[in-house]
Amino acid sequence: MNRASIVADVRKAFGERITEVDEAALEPFIRCEPATWPELARFLKDRCGLDMLVCLSGIDRGKGVGLEAVYNVERCDAQRAGIAVKIRVPYEDAVIPSVETVWRTADWHEREAWDLLGIRFAGHHNLVRILCAEDWEGHPLRKDYKSPDRYHGIKNNVV
Amino acid sequence: MLSDSTRTNAVTSGSADLRTEEMLLNMGPQHPATHGVLRVLVRTDGEVVLDCEPHVGYLHRCFEKHCESVTTLQSVLYTDRLDYLTAMGNNWGFCMAVEKLYGPELVIPERAQYIRVICQELNRIASHLLAIGTYGMDVGAITPFLYCFREREKILTIFEHICGQRLNYNYIRPGGVAYDVDDAMLALIKDFCGYFLPKVDEYDDLLSGNDIFVQRTANVGVLSAKLAIDYGCTGPVLRGSGVPRDLRKDQPYGIYDRFKFEVPVGRGERGSVGDCYDRYMVRVREMRESTSIVQQALKGIPAGEIRSSKIKAKVRPPKGEAFTRIENSRGDLGFYVVSEGKEVLYRVKCRAPSFHNIAVLPEISRGSMIADLIAIIGSLDIVLGEVDR
Repeated sequence: MNRASIVADVRKAFGERITEVDEAALEPFIRCEPATWPELARFLKDRCGLDMLVCLSGIDRGKGVGLEAVYNVERCDAQRAGIAVKIRVPYEDAVIPSVETVWRTADWHEREAWDLLGIRFAGHHNLVRILCAEDWEGHPLRKDYKSPDRYHGIKNNVV
Repeated sequence: MLSDSTRTNAVTSGSADLRTEEMLLNMGPQHPATHGVLRVLVRTDGEVVLDCEPHVGYLHRCFEKHCESVTTLQSVLYTDRLDYLTAMGNNWGFCMAVEKLYGPELVIPERAQYIRVICQELNRIASHLLAIGTYGMDVGAITPFLYCFREREKILTIFEHICGQRLNYNYIRPGGVAYDVDDAMLALIKDFCGYFLPKVDEYDDLLSGNDIFVQRTANVGVLSAKLAIDYGCTGPVLRGSGVPRDLRKDQPYGIYDRFKFEVPVGRGERGSVGDCYDRYMVRVREMRESTSIVQQALKGIPAGEIRSSKIKAKVRPPKGEAFTRIENSRGDLGFYVVSEGKEVLYRVKCRAPSFHNIAVLPEISRGSMIADLIAIIGSLDIVLGEVDR
């Protein structure tokens, strides 16, 4: 099993629901809508054997595009065949279904993406901040984020 | 203060009066056995751990946010502070992602490749020395700690000569390394390898074969291969569970395909596969393999350039996205970088191995004793610098 066969299998099973495939990119990826994601995740794990969620990166793509989550999944064997799945959501409705029951890794990673970028993962059992303090306001990795002037009486001296 | 009669009653009246109840216990964030500022919320019943939950974030210092505000070259300096015990690996991992953006035309000079491998493997040994040294101390053996630090000191001295720093090296840069290594230094490294190999046998005598140590670690915190993969565990934690996954073998980056080395895995030799003892033994064996890689690299290192001329003083990666991983001391260290062709990267995401390895803690410590919880945390060998980033 290699990347090409994974993409072929996914295309066969999901057809039009895979909205974009780019195998020529530096980091080849497939794209789908948030609604397709839980089913696709199950398919990738159970049918394609991609049993390890290596990384979940949240990215703020800027105005007019929205937020994006990039899932790097792979098969944990000597070939390490894998694929990246990208899902894009608008700022005003930044919700992606959680896949913490598919890969346990997703639990903490989704909390991190929520904490730093404000992507909401629907169905996550405990979607609370993980790196920032509980009472922190805003999502620091958003491009429009403004650092607070004060935090619990501590002055922010960084200009 | 209890009166004497009460005390006698408590001792002699039997188990009926010694009722136990559940208690919530905060271990950390300042605790000598948590190896950093980790807080573990433990639900106990007497000495038994019913459940526990690691709370991280105490060391969060917005590494990813920093990378979006300083230049690419300056970001290398911030990567040092992730896994501060293997800063060479962090430098390399980040530089590899940046170099990937330049495409296949960018060729890293041979000499730089060899220097990278030598530094990374020496750093792996230094990191594992600290891991097993402090692990011994976690379960009550103090002497091995002093032995391990004696050898680690020699490696840090070598690094100090190479790049002027003992912990945060900022040595591997996009396109090569910062400074060349002279022949006297290479001779010193060669001497170190010869000196070090017998020392590993010494650790085996002191710790690996020590009956108390074996009793404290064998059959404790057993992690199954399936669970390890599900939680994204990598490095010695995954290999301790018998899964021979090592990026240096599976997807050889740099020049790792030129070296001969074994990938040690947990065999359950004292207990069951995936217990604390297996994770410990994987690290001990990896130190021997790393020494062998350094020796092979010393034989093959050519003369020549140490930095590619394709990357200018102002590092401005071409537009694109790249995700690369290297095998660091604690597992797969990955960087997802997004560049818009400017000097400052648009987004940097760090996939830290310890972040995944510590998440599995509740699964393998339920039902164990509190003392075993210490042994389990130690065997996962986390560095909070990269958990919290």
